[in-house]
Amino acid sequence: MRLEYFQLIDRVVDISLADRTISTEATVPTESTIFEGHFPGYPLMPGVLLLEAMAQTSGWLVAAANNFQRMAFLAAAKDAKFRTFVTPGNVLAIQARITHDGSGYAMTEAKISMGRKTICDASLTLRILDFPNDEMRLAMRKMAERVGFASEVPANG
Amino acid sequence: MSSTFDTIANIIAETCDIPRDSITPESHAINDLGIDSLDFLDIAFAIDKAFGIKLPLEQWTQEVNDGKATTDQYFVLKNLSARIDELVAAKGA
Repeated sequence: MRLEYFQLIDRVVDISLADRTISTEATVPTESTIFEGHFPGYPLMPGVLLLEAMAQTSGWLVAAANNFQRMAFLAAAKDAKFRTFVTPGNVLAIQARITHDGSGYAMTEAKISMGRKTICDASLTLRILDFPNDEMRLAMRKMAERVGFASEVPANG
Repeated sequence: MSSTFDTIANIIAETCDIPRDSITPESHAINDLGIDSLDFLDIAFAIDKAFGIKLPLEQWTQEVNDGKATTDQYFVLKNLSARIDELVAAKGA
C-alpha cells in the first residue's frame, strides 16, 4: 500500500473475467502519518481505507472487464462490516466478484481476509464511465502495469 | 402492462421508501418521485433481476442528451413498463 498516494493495492494475484472474480494483495505499511492520528499509541488501519481497498480491487476487475477502455467510480457501499482490527504490517488478501453487470454500472461483493479469517466485507456499486481525460487514462495504464496488469492492457488502451 | 407496472412500482416503493399508493403509471420517476440517478441504479438492478433483462440506461441517457428522446419516454412509469415489455419480448424472440 502507498497510503500517501491512495494506492491501496500492491498487486493483482489472480483475475478471471469468465468467473468475474479478482484477487489482490496489499501489505499495510509499518509506518504512516495516518497511524499517528489513528490512533496515538494504538495504530489501526482505518475502516474507510479497507473499504477503499475493496473498492479499488472491484474497480480493477470492472476496468479489466471493460478492456481498460473505461474506468469505475465508487458510487455506493452497502452492508460494510469491519470484523476485526487491522494493524501495521498485516498482509491482506482482497477478493471481489461482479454480481451484476448493468448498463453503465456494476455491483460487486468484496471482502478482505487474513489467512482464513474474514476481516471485512461489503456490497459495492460502481459507475462505469469514460476516462475524463488522457492524463487519467495514462495514469491508469501506468498503475495497471504497477499492480501487474501489463500484459492485459491493450497497447492502444 | 399492469403486472409490469405493479412490479416496478413495488420495486420503487421498497428501494426508495416511497409510499406505494403515491406511485402511479403517470408518475415520472425523476420529476414526480424525486428519484436520483444513484437510487435509480438500485431500481435498475432490481428490474434487471426481476425481468431477466439489462435496462439500456446508457443508451437512454445518450438519446436524451442528444435530444433524440425525452425523459418522459423512459422515466414515466407506464412508458418504462412498455420499454421493459419490449426488452422482455426481444429477449424471448
